[in-house]
Amino acid sequence: MKYFPLLWSGLWCKRTRTLLTLASIVVAFLLFGLLQGVNAAFSHGVEESRLNRLYVQSRVSFTESLPLAQLSQIESVAGVEQVAYAHWFGGYYQDPKNFVFSYPVDADRFFSVYPEIELPPDQLKALINTRTGAVVGADLARTYGWKIGDHVPLKSQIWTHPGGNSDWEFDIVGIFEEPVDRSQEQSFYFNFKYFDEARAFGKGGVGWYVVQLRDADQGPGIAAAIDARFANSPDETKTQNEKEFTQSFLRQFGDINFLVNAIIGAVFFALLFLTGNTMMQSIRERIPDFAILKTLGFSDDAVLTLVLGEALLLCVTASLFGLAAATVTFPVMKSVVGVARLPPQVFLEGLSVAALLALVTGLPPALKVRRLAIIDSLSGR
Amino acid sequence: MLRQILAITLINLASIPRRWGPSLVIVVGIAGVVGVLISVLAMAHGFLDTMAHTGRADRAIVLRGGSNSELASTLSRETTLVIADAPGVAKDADGHAIVSAEVVAIIDLPLRQGGTSANVTLRGVGPQAVALRPELALIAGRWFQPGLREMVVGRSAQQQFSGIELGSRIAFRDADWTVVGVFASDDSHASEVMADSEVVLGAYRRNLYQSVTVLLQSASLFDSFKTFLTSNPRLSVEVSRETDYYARLSARLGKILTYVAYVVGGIMAVGALFGALNTMYSAVSARTVEIATLRAIGFAGTPILVSVFVESLLLALLGALIGAGLAWLFFNGNAVNTLSGNFTQVVFHLQVTPGLAILGILWAAVIGLLGGLFPAMRAVRRPVVDALRGH
Repeated sequence: MKYFPLLWSGLWCKRTRTLLTLASIVVAFLLFGLLQGVNAAFSHGVEESRLNRLYVQSRVSFTESLPLAQLSQIESVAGVEQVAYAHWFGGYYQDPKNFVFSYPVDADRFFSVYPEIELPPDQLKALINTRTGAVVGADLARTYGWKIGDHVPLKSQIWTHPGGNSDWEFDIVGIFEEPVDRSQEQSFYFNFKYFDEARAFGKGGVGWYVVQLRDADQGPGIAAAIDARFANSPDETKTQNEKEFTQSFLRQFGDINFLVNAIIGAVFFALLFLTGNTMMQSIRERIPDFAILKTLGFSDDAVLTLVLGEALLLCVTASLFGLAAATVTFPVMKSVVGVARLPPQVFLEGLSVAALLALVTGLPPALKVRRLAIIDSLSGR
Repeated sequence: MLRQILAITLINLASIPRRWGPSLVIVVGIAGVVGVLISVLAMAHGFLDTMAHTGRADRAIVLRGGSNSELASTLSRETTLVIADAPGVAKDADGHAIVSAEVVAIIDLPLRQGGTSANVTLRGVGPQAVALRPELALIAGRWFQPGLREMVVGRSAQQQFSGIELGSRIAFRDADWTVVGVFASDDSHASEVMADSEVVLGAYRRNLYQSVTVLLQSASLFDSFKTFLTSNPRLSVEVSRETDYYARLSARLGKILTYVAYVVGGIMAVGALFGALNTMYSAVSARTVEIATLRAIGFAGTPILVSVFVESLLLALLGALIGAGLAWLFFNGNAVNTLSGNFTQVVFHLQVTPGLAILGILWAAVIGLLGGLFPAMRAVRRPVVDALRGH
């Protein structure tokens, strides 16, 4: 800390150059923050997934229904705690652009399989007791200004009533929160029974079963046991744990991870040249200064540390600005990724990348200064 | 004047090899911007191009009213017959209407890369499907036989998903299906698998179709065809020109990709601009005495200004060429798959077109010019005496 003023004045001895370099690094970390933020938000669902839940879907494709008759058979598999089911509703509010992630579920079991959904018990009870009842995520309720007691019509892209009409009426009886993954607060859950009785086709079919296990370690065995039970039947199943289920879904969009990494790779490759060049030039110009420091009694290692310290100061300061800018602009991405806050781990990743950048670009000039012979450098040889 | 410009510029350029370090900052920085910009735009371009080739203006697709994609739509057999009889529908030599009532189902096939399973479209088509879509060209094997569990696969699907080689058998819906043919086309149907609609309906125990596609006698008959169907009180259908339907499906993703390209490319360009300014400032300041000497012996300010511009522009253009070249080398023609608006996979190829390369070079030129402007002005404005004294 004692040497901070020395580092600081070393950094600012060419103001324009330092400012421009700083600005480039800030921009690079702004981009890093935004892109890694999107990446982290997409993989958040995967990391938060619980291994004690299995998903049973049709082996042909998850858009195919499974018969409700399989429920009791899945329940009887050893190690299964309880089973809930849901379907994909494909609902929208007023305009097809206002897509609503809506699912008919068996309310009495669904919410105990998902303990992370925080729904007050009396509201859950109201849902079970109201045929057309629905509970909505806090975020979704905010978007459309829905309150408990509101009457909400949704249209379904898929499901019609026997007359061909696709209008569905709901009464909002509860609003839930999901602090572990706020992006799930866009969901809309309603009674499967109402859905099944009122739809024109596909009666008695569910989209998928969610199986809660007594012991997560037995997951693979139980998944295999469930699939074996329905093998060679007309409705073969594919059972995956929550992580696999979410992952396979995300990968279908394409390799977002690769795209982000490739762009960040290009940015930092260019940045390496830029920062490295600045450090090299700045040190070269101040070689006599370092020779004087050595004359005053600074050891070889001390000057090496000084140069590295300067690089670190430059990179870390700039990365802090860049990441702060990313934090401020990230809410703009909400419509794409569903979360409005830059995940905190991106900040930490950014800082470690900055430290690495400082080390790589600072080391060559630092080693050069460490090797300086006092006489030669003072005499300008 | 011109001779002065030429002389100084040449001296300037000749000295670049001696300060290649700072010059590389411009080249690499701009190569990065142009490479990323072009690659992401090539993706958007490839996707939109594939979707734009799908469909013709003289074909119409009919869905259930209110559904925006085939997968969400359902049409009864009676409805499909009414549609086939509508006025304006083209007929073949034997007098059969050229229509195909289609069933769309999804089958899970593993991606060749990574092995995760992906939603591939299984399209059950009617007996007139080949006449309806002459752009589908059989390149191996034969078309499926009606009534049999046989399928033909698109070439793009075959390249991207495993398990559907010619002759291979796929087990689903409690029976084996055989791949008997491969077809090629440059549209999104090449990402699909096709079979006889009646067989697909039977296998999935369904009795509802998803869509009807018809060939019209001419593209201008679309409006009367549409009015005929939508004014029928017993039908609730959505009639679109095929081209409009696919444009609608692809609009969102195309927009997102273009947006990503410009936003990310724009941010990177700002970063590269700072880098270019930095390099040119240091290039100018390293030659302070040289420039002052030139001015003292009678060179005007403009040639010096131009020489700095030319240097920064040339370095930027070199960067752009490297960036565009790398994008072309690594990504041109790469097959990529993604979920389309229909919730099923579309395979498309990245297209690094000359237009995109020119766009990248233009961006580079702007960065290069801006990066040279302020340093050049500083070089010229400095009083000669101060500069010569090295203040």
